[in-house]
Amino acid sequence: MTPGAYLVEVIVENKPLARDPEGETIHQNLILKGGYNQVTNVRAGKLLRMNVEANSPDEARAIVRKLSDDLRIYNPAAHTIQVRIVG
Amino acid sequence: MGKVAVIQYPGSNCDLDALEILRDVAKARTDLVWHKDLEDDDYDAYVLPGGFSYGDYLRAGAIAATSPSLRIVKEAAEGGKPVLGICNGFQILVEAGLLPGAVLRNSRLRFVCTWTNLRVETTRTPFTNRAEKGQVLEMPIAHNEGRYYLDKDQIPDLERNQQIVFRYVSEKSEATEDANPNGSIDNIAGICNQTGNVMGLMPHPERASLQVLSPDDKTDGRVIFDSMMRTLRGPRA
Repeated sequence: MTPGAYLVEVIVENKPLARDPEGETIHQNLILKGGYNQVTNVRAGKLLRMNVEANSPDEARAIVRKLSDDLRIYNPAAHTIQVRIVG
Repeated sequence: MGKVAVIQYPGSNCDLDALEILRDVAKARTDLVWHKDLEDDDYDAYVLPGGFSYGDYLRAGAIAATSPSLRIVKEAAEGGKPVLGICNGFQILVEAGLLPGAVLRNSRLRFVCTWTNLRVETTRTPFTNRAEKGQVLEMPIAHNEGRYYLDKDQIPDLERNQQIVFRYVSEKSEATEDANPNGSIDNIAGICNQTGNVMGLMPHPERASLQVLSPDDKTDGRVIFDSMMRTLRGPRA
């Protein structure tokens, strides 16, 4: 099988119980002040976008998931991650 | 008497301060060691200094934590040798898994540079054995990511194991919200591992060890290095 090129995103954010002052500030001081009361919560995080060569989207996602754990792209004591294929 | 290594990472900037205090004030035989040159556990104690290793990219300390030097430090720590992480050094020890938890961005989203009062919560570590429990020490902090975090349900274990070494307190020695400069859980400023020989703290004892650097002539940071010297010299000293 010829490997394909995939675009994989890793989203790192604080665990729900770890306060996220940046998200809180954006919510309180920008979004609610701007009148968007429909927005009830904001979490700020970090986005890493990786180009990955793999045989399938699942394999690309698995590679990124593994490297995120092995190399501690996030600190599991305080963060959660989502890994998703975007292209 | 023991020999100490101050490990230098790309972006360390308190390495020379730590070196000077260790050599000239604590009178420890100390080498400044580039992290890639630390290939064997040839020292009796290790100090990871403050700074901005690898530009704080990804997370403060996260990239330095993958340096091969940390394998040596881990080996030394498992052998019971004293390991001290100051500020960025604390972040590196946490990221390398030698200390529990995480160090997050300050709750007020600002770099904080100020003197703090720290209450000594345990004297069982090689860095606090010359202090007194409950003693309040003045030391400065200077960081953007200093908010110590651990899941709340794990704090009682940390307390029970005597792993909380310092708390930020008021002048009256109370762990109030006002005395907490960065939003650290439970006002925690410094912790140690279960065996007590690995300690990390956000405040800078090396910046509080000379009268000339202190606003009120106090040299409270010295007790950290004097304690380490007592440990290195052995119980008879």
